[in-house]
Amino acid sequence: MKYRLLYFASLCDEAGRSEESVASDAADPRALYAELAARHGFTFTPDRLRVAVNGAFTDWNQRLADNDEVVFLPPVSGG
Amino acid sequence: MFSISATPIDFERLRRELETAGAGAVVCFEGRVRDHNDGRAVDGLSYQAYVELAQVEGMRIVAEAQERFAVERIVCVHRVGDLALGDVAVWAGVSAAHRAAAFDACRYVIDQVKARVPIWKREHYVEGASEWLHPNAT
Repeated sequence: MKYRLLYFASLCDEAGRSEESVASDAADPRALYAELAARHGFTFTPDRLRVAVNGAFTDWNQRLADNDEVVFLPPVSGG
Repeated sequence: MFSISATPIDFERLRRELETAGAGAVVCFEGRVRDHNDGRAVDGLSYQAYVELAQVEGMRIVAEAQERFAVERIVCVHRVGDLALGDVAVWAGVSAAHRAAAFDACRYVIDQVKARVPIWKREHYVEGASEWLHPNAT
């Protein structure tokens, strides 16, 4: 399946890009993050991140669909 | 109302949006860029947001505050982009019939925005380095 990823803050720096499209067999965000972390050398463990799919917070075991927009969110620091 | 702004926050205009005939109290909070954090001298900040989700989560927080407190109007705006010392990074204002609800709701909105809305801050230090802040949520 094909997914669109957006990266913010430290994840954007580590990935060296703010977005990308990836072809992957990962069926949920947990598997997808493991794959991307290995590829980009992400230093966050999943327990420090939240995940959003198609613009809404969701959980790590949600089944992904083709062309989903997936975002892994580092701890926020607004304000 | 909650929004993300790439341009300076016109808080005089926002404050006027809070005025209603029944509002006997108006409480405003300004979060400003300061010159130090955690013992390091800071000379600016950059904010980045996942705008689509930040907008939704910010509106959710405003709706929660409307439900919990007896308030008239709530306005909150958060900046993105590069900010200098003294610039307003976030502004939250609440009007209510009485001051207790206005203070409580304003505190609730700013605390929740800082904890939940997908916005990130990069600190630029006087000595030259810069880094994203990712506080532990504990």
